[in-house]
Amino acid sequence: MNSMSSDKEQFSVQKLIAEKKKNGAKKRTEKIVPFILLMTAIVSVLTTLGILFTLLFETFTFFRHVSLIEFLTNDTWYPFSDPGEYGILPLISGTLRVTGIAILVAVPIGLSAAIYLSEFAKDRVRRIIKPILEVLGGIPTIVYGFFALTFVTPLLKNFIPSLEIFNALSPGIVMGIMITPTIASLSEDAMSAVPNSIRQGSLALGATKFETAIKVVLPAAASGIIASIVLGISRAIGETMIVSIAGGSTPNLSLDVTRSIQTMTAYIVQVAQGDAGYGTTIYYSIYAVGFTLFLFTLVMNLLATWISRRIREEY
Amino acid sequence: MKLIDEKRVSAGMKRRIVRNAIFKNLFLFATLLCLLFLIVLFYRILSQGLPHLDWHFLNALPSRKPENAGIYTALNGTLWMMAVVVPVTMILGIGTAIYLEEYAKDNKFTTFIRVNISNLAGVPSVVYGLLGLTIFVRALGLGTSVLAAGLTMSLLILPVVIVAAQEAIRAVPNSLREASYGMGATKWQTILHVVLPAAIPGILTGTILALSRAIGETAPLVVLGIPLYLAFLPSSFLDEFTALPMQIYNWTSRPQAEFQDLAAAGIIVLLAILILMNSVAILIRNKFQKRY
Amino acid sequence: MTFTVEKKREEAVKETQGKREKNVVYKTKELNLWYGETHALKNINLDIYENEITAIIGPSGCGKSTYIKTLNRMVELVPGVKTSGEILYRGRNIFDKDFEVEELRTRVGMVFQNPNPFPKSIYDNVAYGPRIHGIKDKKILDQIVEKSLRGAAIWDEVKDRLHENAYGLSGGQQQRLCIARCLAIEPDVILMDEPTSALDPISTLKVEELVQELKKDYSIIIVTHNMQQAARISDKTAFFLNGEVIEYDDTDKIFSTPSDKRTEDYITGRFG
Repeated sequence: MNSMSSDKEQFSVQKLIAEKKKNGAKKRTEKIVPFILLMTAIVSVLTTLGILFTLLFETFTFFRHVSLIEFLTNDTWYPFSDPGEYGILPLISGTLRVTGIAILVAVPIGLSAAIYLSEFAKDRVRRIIKPILEVLGGIPTIVYGFFALTFVTPLLKNFIPSLEIFNALSPGIVMGIMITPTIASLSEDAMSAVPNSIRQGSLALGATKFETAIKVVLPAAASGIIASIVLGISRAIGETMIVSIAGGSTPNLSLDVTRSIQTMTAYIVQVAQGDAGYGTTIYYSIYAVGFTLFLFTLVMNLLATWISRRIREEY
Repeated sequence: MKLIDEKRVSAGMKRRIVRNAIFKNLFLFATLLCLLFLIVLFYRILSQGLPHLDWHFLNALPSRKPENAGIYTALNGTLWMMAVVVPVTMILGIGTAIYLEEYAKDNKFTTFIRVNISNLAGVPSVVYGLLGLTIFVRALGLGTSVLAAGLTMSLLILPVVIVAAQEAIRAVPNSLREASYGMGATKWQTILHVVLPAAIPGILTGTILALSRAIGETAPLVVLGIPLYLAFLPSSFLDEFTALPMQIYNWTSRPQAEFQDLAAAGIIVLLAILILMNSVAILIRNKFQKRY
Repeated sequence: MTFTVEKKREEAVKETQGKREKNVVYKTKELNLWYGETHALKNINLDIYENEITAIIGPSGCGKSTYIKTLNRMVELVPGVKTSGEILYRGRNIFDKDFEVEELRTRVGMVFQNPNPFPKSIYDNVAYGPRIHGIKDKKILDQIVEKSLRGAAIWDEVKDRLHENAYGLSGGQQQRLCIARCLAIEPDVILMDEPTSALDPISTLKVEELVQELKKDYSIIIVTHNMQQAARISDKTAFFLNGEVIEYDDTDKIFSTPSDKRTEDYITGRFG
């Protein structure tokens, strides 16, 4: 340790530092960097503004050709005639039919899986199964679409001979499988967040695990579970490729799920890949439909955020 | 007088235990149903596509004749598009995350940015397609180029990258920042030399997962008007291109069974890329999991 | 000019040493600090001397950690902190606008409660400080790293694995590495915030020995909740209670004949 003082006479780190300090580059960097970073953060705000302005602007142009009343009340969507008919209801109906089927599939399976993983499964099992479930959520929708058209539809036709090649049922079921991981994973998170003391309180009274899960854990995690379902609905409404490939392109108001339909998203895809000229009413109509779709998902997302924010205050 | 009839309770007990067992198995069955679906999906696609998957398929241009067709242009196009998406999302995503976690003051504007990002994550991909169509393809005149599609995809996955980077940065313990400040380091030096190196594995994991979403995403490309069929390769970012999911979509939409088999082969390639990327992400995560 | 000033200072040191009086490193005047509404430090007046170990003791929440973090302005990382009064470091008020906080922290090193090496190699940990201050010359860095690790009495344990990750070291070694990291920029003062609270007794002993060794070249201020530690290693001790300095004197005096009843109660273990 005695060598230290003699070393210090050879060179002083503080003196070296003082020599290097003379240029002001460091100070300038400190000022500029936060500004540049703020600019990158602004990009996401600009994206939102871009989406809003694009949709609003082109939608307004659309409503110069078609009246809002026709858009909301006409029960036919057939833009390809002259003059075209632009009633959004059949498209909304198609979207809701597929979404409804998806939810009917996804909620029971998703919730069951969530209950199993959170209340019954051993830790090791959960750690294997959960990532596998998430693989389902990571498969590109084009793959699901292909599977719905080439496998599920022919399979269903064995049981329902009247099933059309394009229909609501097959994409609905496949979409249900696609959103199951969303519901299972988020619900499982909500149920795992229920304190163990509450569970033990019920088990100590002699309740079975099933009774505890249904009567204690589910109600306690209710808002998280509902939020997960709402998010699932939002994803189903915005899903595009499955319904474009397997759903068909005939908008209608019928409730028959074996018939060909068209959803809002599938209509946008149909027009975009066709050759509707820029500036035609048909071209603008995809923005009006896109805007309607955007509103639907926005409301769902806000609802989900609102619901899940409420649970955090409960325990 | 006893309020609880013990006989009735013990008689009901057996029934309740049986019910518990039944439901437990029902829940397990539902869980396994998902796995079964996954297995059927993979089996079906492999059995349909594998026979067509060979060196020729990877190296051939698209063709009207199924036996000649390949995914060379599509695979190339996807790589070109990712060459735009990777730098753009990394710079914007990490930049935004650093701003929000390290610089942003706790005020209304910051809250607005945060809420905005979480809402963007919920916007359907087809709507991003409309945004790209209006802004990049038409207003900026980029047409259906690699650049237009790459920028659209970047905006689409940006919220995911931001959130992942935020989490990784937040996980860096404050004690490391303090140590750096304590040596007289400035804020940016601390972020650049301490926070980012410590957070980079987490950021990479999240970014790779987000990129794998961009590779499989089809709807925005269709809306942008990216061609379904293209027989030449792009030579600059302003050239037209087609991408792997577009090629799959093209083949899926054909009525002939031969083309659907090609679609399955294309899907195998797509899934292989995604599995590879996910494995890399998981490897990175496991390697650097417990470090603090 | 500077030469004469230096010389005068040296003479002054010699002169005062004769009377067991030393140069003041830190002079705290009327320091008040608030965390939002909480008045955490009240009217602190304290002189800290060169080449001494000053211990700061007191029960948890008494403001001792806050005080030491004020000395290098680390406390300002907590949002909503307000201060009034002055802290003169070598005669300059550290709160002055033209006294850059980075410059202050380059002169005043800090060792933290929990060992906090960076997830980098041992070498890179020690070289971190010099590097960020612009010293890039490999030869000089090598010298600094060796000297600092020797100075922190850890050189022999790590010299064969300088390029391995610092997280492979034991807790006690990590803390000495952090001390080495701090020595690498040759600070004037070292602030230590309960540096042994996370360590086992043997590691604690090693760090304590090291601290006494470092006293020759550095002025050290150490916060501790361990009164025996303060008694063992420090020259002066300040007793903090509820954000006030109750008593500040030679360590021997504080632990043998404290002049305040509350100090006596604390060191005899009646509270805290």
